[in-house]
Amino acid sequence: MSAIQPNISEQPLSEELQLVRAAKQGDDKAFEELVRRYDRNVFRIAQHITQNREDAEDVVQDAFLKAYGNLAQFQEQSKFYTWLVRIAVNEALMKLRRRKPERTVSLDEEIKTEDDSVPREVADWSPNPEQMYNQAELRDILTRTIQGLPPGFRTVFVLRDVEGLSTEETAQALELSIPAVKSRLLRARLQLRERLSRYFQKRASGDGNL
Amino acid sequence: MKCTEFLKELTNYLDGALDDRTKSDLEDHLAWCHNCYVVCDTTRKTIEIYRDSELYPLPEDLRGRLRSAIMTKCTQSKKSGPQNA
Ligand SMILES: [Zn+2]
Repeated sequence: MSAIQPNISEQPLSEELQLVRAAKQGDDKAFEELVRRYDRNVFRIAQHITQNREDAEDVVQDAFLKAYGNLAQFQEQSKFYTWLVRIAVNEALMKLRRRKPERTVSLDEEIKTEDDSVPREVADWSPNPEQMYNQAELRDILTRTIQGLPPGFRTVFVLRDVEGLSTEETAQALELSIPAVKSRLLRARLQLRERLSRYFQKRASGDGNL
Repeated sequence: MKCTEFLKELTNYLDGALDDRTKSDLEDHLAWCHNCYVVCDTTRKTIEIYRDSELYPLPEDLRGRLRSAIMTKCTQSKKSGPQNA
């Protein structure tokens, strides 16, 4: 946090906000820098939601194009990244609906699960679960496992736990309430844990019966 | 504290978003309830594994192609005049 331009406003502008303002003035190089900064994140989020590589490529393009066209509307009260993620999530959901119209895809639909009860017969994991598989196997396990979650759960998990957005930012990006984000996050985490247990639990050699 | 109450606070606990009082209640529970201890520990591992996993990397050549497509379209949209969204 360095105060580079103390005379422009009382607060030093973040580097990101400087880029955004320059882009708003028509500086395309500044916008390109924003693309460079966040294209990997947008691609990852889009892949997680659409589960389709081509769609994810489209989402990256459409999201940035939309951000570019609507830059004047960006209020600067939230981070540019949060605003961009919101656009990208909406684009990705549209793709998903188009591809899977048989399943209604909405983030705010109440997802009913009665398994709020405590998991029983919990098996402990091996101490270094990542090392039980080679990299390709591990990637495959993780991808298939997260793909099995409903979109509303996996999106919250990805934004919060993979991309590192705060609870508040996740709520803003998904237009959900904070309690809704928290309850989805809990369920997503618990479901993933449960499903990964199949792969990562201690291989039985006398350390069973709990 | 019961296991269900523990579970309800698990996400806040893992995110470090609890007041000291609730946190120490939770830790008391963890000290004697093996089930919840395992759930908590493996949930934390689940998050770490995903965080470190780098699923869906964007290959540099594709990245370059996408970026130049984006910038070309942006420039075109500017030439064709302001859009009213
Ligand atoms: Zn318990």
